[in-house]
Amino acid sequence: MHKIFMRLAYILGENPPDRAPRRSRCSNVPLMSDDRPLERMKERLSPPPLPTDDRGRARLVLDTLILHLHPARIPKRTLRWTYTWGLGGLAGMLIGILVTTGIFLEVRYTPTAPDAYLDILNLRSDVWFGDLLRNIHHWSANLLIVVAVLHLLRVFFTGAHRPPREVNWLFGVAMLLLVLAANFTGYLLPWDQLAFWAITVGTSLVSYLPLIGEPLGRLLLGGPEVGPTTLLNFYTLHISFIPLALFGLMSLHFWRVRKDGGLSLPRRAGEALEGTPERVTTIPHLVRREGIYALVWLAAIVLFSIFVSAPLEGIADPGLSPNPAKAPWYFLGIQELLLHFHPFVAAVVIPGLAVTGLVLLPFTDVDTSSVGIWFRSARGRSIALFSAGLSLLLTSAWVAADEFVIRWTDWLPNWPSILSNGVVPLAAVGLVLLALDTWVRDRLDGNAEERVLFLFVFLFVALLVLTAVGIWFRGPGMELFWPWAMPAAT
Amino acid sequence: MTEHGQAMDSEPAEGVSRRRFLTMAWTTLGAVATVEVGGVLLAYLQPRLAEGEFGGLVAAGLVDDFPPGSVTHIINGRFYVTRFPDGGFLALYQKCTHLGCAVPWDQTAGKFICPCHNSEFDDSGNVLNPPAPRPLDLFALSITDGQVMVDTGKPIARDAFDPGQVVYP
Ligand code: HEM
Ligand code: FES
Repeated sequence: MHKIFMRLAYILGENPPDRAPRRSRCSNVPLMSDDRPLERMKERLSPPPLPTDDRGRARLVLDTLILHLHPARIPKRTLRWTYTWGLGGLAGMLIGILVTTGIFLEVRYTPTAPDAYLDILNLRSDVWFGDLLRNIHHWSANLLIVVAVLHLLRVFFTGAHRPPREVNWLFGVAMLLLVLAANFTGYLLPWDQLAFWAITVGTSLVSYLPLIGEPLGRLLLGGPEVGPTTLLNFYTLHISFIPLALFGLMSLHFWRVRKDGGLSLPRRAGEALEGTPERVTTIPHLVRREGIYALVWLAAIVLFSIFVSAPLEGIADPGLSPNPAKAPWYFLGIQELLLHFHPFVAAVVIPGLAVTGLVLLPFTDVDTSSVGIWFRSARGRSIALFSAGLSLLLTSAWVAADEFVIRWTDWLPNWPSILSNGVVPLAAVGLVLLALDTWVRDRLDGNAEERVLFLFVFLFVALLVLTAVGIWFRGPGMELFWPWAMPAAT
Repeated sequence: MTEHGQAMDSEPAEGVSRRRFLTMAWTTLGAVATVEVGGVLLAYLQPRLAEGEFGGLVAAGLVDDFPPGSVTHIINGRFYVTRFPDGGFLALYQKCTHLGCAVPWDQTAGKFICPCHNSEFDDSGNVLNPPAPRPLDLFALSITDGQVMVDTGKPIARDAFDPGQVVYP
């Protein structure tokens, strides 16, 4: 293993100590051998002789490629599985899988109107392992959203977004948005009914932005509705702009982890941190774990993709909407909001507030004394659990009540719908949140970080409930059904 | 830079120093260049319109093809032609104003019913049932030599139906 790394590192320009001066890449010092290019090439690519003493070996290992990414030694406690759960690394690996499979898919895909769909059919029936490759790409993309969100949660719950890691949290938020954009643009590419109408419904949300909504929508779609130009636009974004931006941000993100002094140090509630934590070498302690973790996940994804196919429906028909027409699952929370609020509030104000909240979070929640402790303290854990339960209850009750009881537009008949169906219900929700927060402060004697924890968990679980309702409980005509009594879509 | 800069940094008693002037000039030129490049790219990305198919000018048929009191779906133009009993014409874009689903005309019910979230519209596009926030959009319709021509390039949003929107042959 080390041998392979060394060869790789060597080719990529690392200079092992013993031969460094002779082969410095930056200078024009000629190589050892004569001028014949093949000789030069062989010389340049052949690994140096292995050092035989321990010190030489250690030095060599330090200089390998891995150590561009990781420090040579890391605090032993950050190796705990139950701290990072390997989520950031897994997200990185998924992006790697997506890029690799994506490049292969690209050579068998044409981004034009009927051909795109035919190419996918072809991929499934005529291309060796075409279906497998498509499935791996599809499931990895969906898994990436879940993993990135879980990673965000672990960072928040361990307080790792607090100083000095605020900037890295911001890079994280930007990456999360890009991951969503990548998934969304990719969703259209198969050009089937599912893709066409999900993107139609999803992009219609843009048109509710005040003033710029209409022109922005036209620009994105390349016309008044989803069509061939949209396919080309989305394809271009999907394979160039978004991956490039994601790659750049990912590099910054990894760099910042080291810049911020490595990972935040995990500890148990009440446990004091020793002055200098015990350190172990990255190789093999961290790298071995990463390797095992990556292989297990890779195996799981490939196995899953062998047995479960990515969905594909009939070819896109712009004249025939399926009933119900749903956005991709990760936007169903927003689509659910649309059934309860005026579109401007549901699609613009609330998501805008959510992203703003995420951006401001590391600048408002700044107490560094509990960094590294899950849920801040034992009390914090109870508060989070309580908040989750309460939100589950209240959000579900509200969805049902709004469906059957609450009729803002009938109760306020002469008000414009942006008020009666937008501002008024939003204010009602805001008041409930304010009341809950006051209650946590006064009754539970919650301090600032516990109040933030309570609100964060409450809102996140609310999003989960709304998304689950959108995925499993909404049927034809967007009416509520029990999942086991769901009528077939038409 | 620093040595030079310090020497010249002293502000003259009035007017701007050479350094300030150059900074301002560069900033202005930079801003102009950004606007120019942005404008060029925006113009480049504008949708192109094609004659004869959706997005361009579509021939819907002859005036007499549309009996008074009928709603006809022009499938490749993505719109409906409503002919009112008094002979007037209206071209309605088929796209639901709620979230963009294609709205089918229900002949027996005599109205448009959106399959996605149950918005309903009458034959002039007016909302009968929310969540659609406004009537169906119009396309500009004209009648030349007995041909009904519909410009599908730009949907026209409106707050309500008004008789002025109807075109007579
Ligand atoms: C989308 C792709 C992402 C990738 C590939 C990624 C990758 C990583 C990796 C490998 C780490 C090292 C530790 C670990 O595994 O937990 C890390 C740490 C971190 N990430 Fe991410 N991340 C992503 C998204 C996010 C998001 C959405 C956020 C939050 C908004 C975020 C915020 C952070 C912070 C603050 C740290 C430092 C944690 C600490 O020091 O304990 N990242 N990330
Ligand atoms: S898209 Fe027609 S009612 Fe929602």
